[in-house]
Amino acid sequence: MSNIPVDLKYTKSHEWARSNEDGSLTIGISDNAQDQLGDMVFIEAPDIGQTVAAEEACAVVESVKAASDVYSPVAGEIIAVNEKLADSPETVNQDPYGEGWIFRLKPADAGSVNALLDAEAYQALIESEAH
Amino acid sequence: MPFIPHTETDVREMLAAIGVPDIEDLFDEIPAGLRTGVLNGVPQGLNEQEVSRLMRERAETDGRPLCFTGAGAYEHHIPAAVWEITTRGEFYSAYTPYQAEASQGTLQLIYEFQTMMAGLTGMEVSNASLYDGASGLAEAVLMAVRANRKSKSRRILIPTTVHPAYRRTAHTIVKNQAIELVDVPYSSAGGHTLPDSLAPFEGEDITALVVQQPNFFGILEEVDALTDWAHRQGALVIAVANPVSLALLNPPGSWGAAGADIACGEGQPLGVPLSSGGPYFGYLCCRQALVRQMPGRIVGRTIDRDGRVGYTLTLQAREQHIRRSKATSNICTNQGLLVTAATIYMALLGAEGLRRVAQACHANTRKLVAALTASDCVEPVFDRPYFHEAALRFALPLENVLRPLHAHNLLPGYPLAGEYPELGEALLVCATETRTDADIETYATHLNRVIESQTSAGCPVKPKMA
Repeated sequence: MSNIPVDLKYTKSHEWARSNEDGSLTIGISDNAQDQLGDMVFIEAPDIGQTVAAEEACAVVESVKAASDVYSPVAGEIIAVNEKLADSPETVNQDPYGEGWIFRLKPADAGSVNALLDAEAYQALIESEAH
Repeated sequence: MPFIPHTETDVREMLAAIGVPDIEDLFDEIPAGLRTGVLNGVPQGLNEQEVSRLMRERAETDGRPLCFTGAGAYEHHIPAAVWEITTRGEFYSAYTPYQAEASQGTLQLIYEFQTMMAGLTGMEVSNASLYDGASGLAEAVLMAVRANRKSKSRRILIPTTVHPAYRRTAHTIVKNQAIELVDVPYSSAGGHTLPDSLAPFEGEDITALVVQQPNFFGILEEVDALTDWAHRQGALVIAVANPVSLALLNPPGSWGAAGADIACGEGQPLGVPLSSGGPYFGYLCCRQALVRQMPGRIVGRTIDRDGRVGYTLTLQAREQHIRRSKATSNICTNQGLLVTAATIYMALLGAEGLRRVAQACHANTRKLVAALTASDCVEPVFDRPYFHEAALRFALPLENVLRPLHAHNLLPGYPLAGEYPELGEALLVCATETRTDADIETYATHLNRVIESQTSAGCPVKPKMA
């Protein structure tokens, strides 16, 4: 059973988004996603200052099995990337919702995060994909 | 004998199973305008006897001329052992087998090749080869665009001293991907790219600068100044280098303060015969930091669970069977057999042997230039140092000189006027280690006779400057 914290929002492409106090969002991939992909070997982060559209591919997580795009859940500007992942990509496997975050962005529209899936809807999504 | 194993019955049964009346219906998705239709230009098939004869006759039209032509493909001595070993059953395969790790010998050979190429170019990583030098440059350009994430312009500076065929090939491959290749002019005195000629691009967003060393004219470029300029602009540096020359010259990894970022080129000089133009192979090396943007396959060395050394394809997540449309390229190891020959060639010669080949090429070309320019009608076009090729300008129409020389079974060089009309009656000549003093003498003697017969008293056109 994968871990789906209730305080986060999710996407159909298996990213999570956490709303920070300053209005920014922290983005990572879900526990389910890291489990499916397997051991991470490389994380390609976006550029700070880069503007991204909703659902635009802006990072790559490469595991021993595959390289997958990470899509931005909402439109906005990249304001930080997790530089620790360059040397320890396995953090994404070990702590996907904490130290394994991938980037932070300032959303173009503060309300856009509300349109994302909540934990319950995401749970339903991965159950339907498992069948 | 048809090479499709399915019988008419097989085909009918398969179509019936998927409910499609005709095989043509499977291609419905392709718009009619894009389909070639009937290929009228393809002649009837020939049997083996007819093909053998046709190919033999065509090969014979090449003759066995005394070759003083380079321009990208070079006649070198290939020790007999090279192809004797290469064509052994254990190696005789066009590319990496599908179950690659079951063929440890093939993988070890590619690993050794990569190690040798990384050593020659002074770069950290090499891939398992590309198709040829020209498409290698195109792959390097695409790779630079992916790798240089600070640059948004997709503009690549390519000096016109880079091989014209390479420039055309790169253009063909990248033009529909919104990548702009910008020409940089060369110095008419030195035949090289003046670092000052880059000044108009100062401060602009440039993705990469290509530098060929030695350049198409055989001339040595100011690689350190060019590399440092590019890096100051935030541009990557793509080196194009003849691998034999690297036995003598500073390798791309040592150019300027930080070294080139990508090195590529034609592998033919390493044990591959001229063979009427192919097949050859390309090489591509880069800095470790760029390896995930590198096209092609990479073999790595590891240990198995019993601690024994083993070889494996590595970093495959970049490749098409995993990354699909976002793969770094569709390059495989199709030129594997040529790579096998090159690896054996380099192993047989060793670093010292390759250095002596390079030294002999340089020395022979100097002798050739001296012998040919002894005529009042021939002079060097450029005044800069060269490796094993040099451009010579003739004071009479080149066409009238070349025809009789061909008739004397000579390949006298590559005429430059087609691609560089501004150089006038210029010929690019080359003498590798395979040319003897007697060969050079033969060329000079025939040339002098031709010149004499065309000009009543030596050369009336222009007295030579002292």
